Amino acid sequence: MADKYLNLVNSALGKTAAKKLGLPRPAHLRRYQPGAPLVPGPVLVVGAGAGADAAATTVLDWGLDVRRHADPRGKYGAVILALDEVAHPDDLSGPVLEAAAALKRLRPGGRMVTISRPAEAENDPATAAARQGVDGLLRSIAHELRGGATGNGILLGPDAAPSSSSVAGALHFLLSGRSAYVDGQFLRVDGDGATIPADWDKPLSGKVAVVTGAAQGIGAAIARTLRRDGADVVVVDIPPAGESLAEVANAVQGTALQLDITADDAGRRILDHALGRHGRLDIMVHNAGITRDKLLANMDESRWTSVLQVNIAAQLRINEQLLGSGQLSEAPRIVSLASTSGIAGNRGQTNYAASKAGIIGMVRASAGQLADSGGTINAVAPGFIETAMTARMPMATRQVARRLSSLQQGGRPGDVAETVAFLASDAAGGISGQVVRVCGQNMVGA
Amino acid sequence: MANPEHPTEPSTPAGGAGTAAPRKAVVIGGNRIPFARTGGAYAHSSNQDMLTSALDGLVARFGLQHERIGEVAAGAVLKHSRDFNLTREAVLGSALAGDTPAYDIQQACATGLETVVSMVNKIKLGQIESAIAGGVDTASDAPIAVSEGLRQVLLNLSRAKTMKDKLTAAAKLRPKDLAPEAPTTGEPRTGLSMGEHQALTTAHWNITREAQDELAMASHRNLAAAYERGFFDDLITPYRGLAKDSNMRADSSMEKLAKLSPVFGRSLDQPATMTAGNSTPLTDGASTVLLGSEDYARGHDLPILADVVDAEAAAVDFVHGKEGLLMAPVYAAPRLLARNGLKLEDFDFYEIHEAFAGTVLSAIAAWEDEEFCRTRLGLDGALGTIDRSKLNVNGSSLAAGHPFAATGGRIVASLAKTLHEAGSGRGLISICAAGGQGVVAILEAR
Repeated sequence: MADKYLNLVNSALGKTAAKKLGLPRPAHLRRYQPGAPLVPGPVLVVGAGAGADAAATTVLDWGLDVRRHADPRGKYGAVILALDEVAHPDDLSGPVLEAAAALKRLRPGGRMVTISRPAEAENDPATAAARQGVDGLLRSIAHELRGGATGNGILLGPDAAPSSSSVAGALHFLLSGRSAYVDGQFLRVDGDGATIPADWDKPLSGKVAVVTGAAQGIGAAIARTLRRDGADVVVVDIPPAGESLAEVANAVQGTALQLDITADDAGRRILDHALGRHGRLDIMVHNAGITRDKLLANMDESRWTSVLQVNIAAQLRINEQLLGSGQLSEAPRIVSLASTSGIAGNRGQTNYAASKAGIIGMVRASAGQLADSGGTINAVAPGFIETAMTARMPMATRQVARRLSSLQQGGRPGDVAETVAFLASDAAGGISGQVVRVCGQNMVGA
Repeated sequence: MANPEHPTEPSTPAGGAGTAAPRKAVVIGGNRIPFARTGGAYAHSSNQDMLTSALDGLVARFGLQHERIGEVAAGAVLKHSRDFNLTREAVLGSALAGDTPAYDIQQACATGLETVVSMVNKIKLGQIESAIAGGVDTASDAPIAVSEGLRQVLLNLSRAKTMKDKLTAAAKLRPKDLAPEAPTTGEPRTGLSMGEHQALTTAHWNITREAQDELAMASHRNLAAAYERGFFDDLITPYRGLAKDSNMRADSSMEKLAKLSPVFGRSLDQPATMTAGNSTPLTDGASTVLLGSEDYARGHDLPILADVVDAEAAAVDFVHGKEGLLMAPVYAAPRLLARNGLKLEDFDFYEIHEAFAGTVLSAIAAWEDEEFCRTRLGLDGALGTIDRSKLNVNGSSLAAGHPFAATGGRIVASLAKTLHEAGSGRGLISICAAGGQGVVAILEAR
């Protein structure tokens, strides 16, 4: 699964050759390491108004080196572009052009984060145009960035104060190495439901999490990441996957629960296990999923039904049992794995895409119910991730798939896990009902 | 045993008059790997590999990683000389804390149950708080020894000091000495295989072929039904790609069983009735049981499935033909019942190890036989009858297979769960063993 091309173009000889030949030059991404600095250099905050001031105060509180004016000789770890007060497209030019000069000075693995407000139907046309403009602007910036730098945006909902901990939580994630493979995306933040952790390296301390489909691949990576962040983890998979499930459980010092999630009482059994063995249940990660690909014209009932049952019907039933029990902890978190196939569709995957799009609909419609208890529910849509499944793709197809994103490489299971862990944390309390893509800004379904 | 005139006279109950009753020891849960017919899925697995895997599955199920367990006792019947410290080596290779002490026990097919009894007694005495009992066997990876002749030559060679001595020692080697010796199920004192011994008993009690086949079919069907309802989801962890006992035939029928030719007792006067279908096959596998004091279980948020109430061992003189090789449990049971003030009918579940269908049916016939019970067991009349609907309700060795030392752990964990699911009641375990021995035990639901 090693991306040999990525390693080649980062060698001295390969770098020169690729540059001369105009070949893609994917970079080693700056991924999270406990104890490492949040960003690889000073943070430039561009823009005037509440968003810029709040962002500058926030990152200053984190002990970062904050600049409010671009220094033509300075190197930056991150640029925060606050555009939350734009009321006309003309308002964009000043801050955007100021940030433009700084982008060239962004260090490898740097971050560009915009702060803006979503364009709504009730806005006056000029304001809506300016706000919507940020969408195209940020997505284009993300395409242009190189050296493993990423560009993402925070959208402030109508009741989200720029100085709220919800915004701070989202900003911290986007600046950190945890969002290494998140690129060209917007996180919408509402309300002030987030809590800043006492220790940013252990944001899930004291929490109990359940991860389905945890015997291997992305599920196992999620279990490991949640454990690294301090959670006690219950790993769930079907009984036949029990041997690798036990290995994961022992690696994360958690407990293994062999369970078919399509069982009628799966939610109850998950809850009983978590409460009985670990005393509580804070985080439910629905990662288990299957594919049974076939063109729709050739689709049989078992392929269609099994995929819909495992990928969406089981989750609906489990969520109903968990939420109906009244036994979840305060401010519970539910995170579901969607897929870019559920956003863009994919030939041969009508069943899979329907189930994954279903997840997107489910989280949007469940957010209100969870909000009553301070809880959130979100989906994570992975793009091309280097797993055992993608390793079986033909070599040429795999190479093309890797280069089809702004980061010009496939993501790792751990990249998906980082976003899941963030959405499972108290710091993500302002984010609910959303789909976060972890795709390196893949062209597919963008 | 000390009083041959009254062999059923109970020994003084533990903690008898004047002393406080010892505390309880409980079954918390169990884990085994699926049992595989010899030469099948585990053909290349050693006892140590299998026992380690069974331990790791138990650790994963109950979150025991890096925990120091009071003591681990396990054993194997077929054992390599290099495995002198089999259990300790398995513990060292497992996810348990390295400072967990361990020792080996060997009592032929009663090994697994005897490990439970030993650990339970230590818990009851307050010597340890937690324990794991287990057993493992492989006939696939059986030790093969050099012949006695070659062994003597090799030992003399190693002692020889001069070249002349060495040549003298080597010259004693004969071609026949080069043939290796594989272990057999033959009794050293009679030369008869276990099957031939049982054939004598089966014939003595006039157990019909049909009755044996019916028991075998019930075993397969009960085991298959237990799998079907997910009974083994928290009792088994797959190993080497095998998720279910490979000997199980869910579609077993009287017609299919009737087609099999007898393999034992063919030289007797009566028609031979014992076939490969109503005898257990050679099997590979491992099992473990987690035991503890009530305080330990509660303090670690672990379930309590059953109390291990009491146990009794017995042996019979099969060498001189006074009793059948596998009839010792028939003698152990009345002593155990008397000590605990119970009748044979006072049980809700009976787990009689199916070494052969004939073993189970001979034991039941003996207990129902007034004359036998008076003259052999020293009782006033028949010990009692067993309601067949309460016998081996989740299948037993005829279906699951019988990796000698692993059978006790399989039965204890399954019975404990059965009792816990029932919510109340009592279960009797009976296991026969080579050497004319047997162990019986009582479990009570929690």
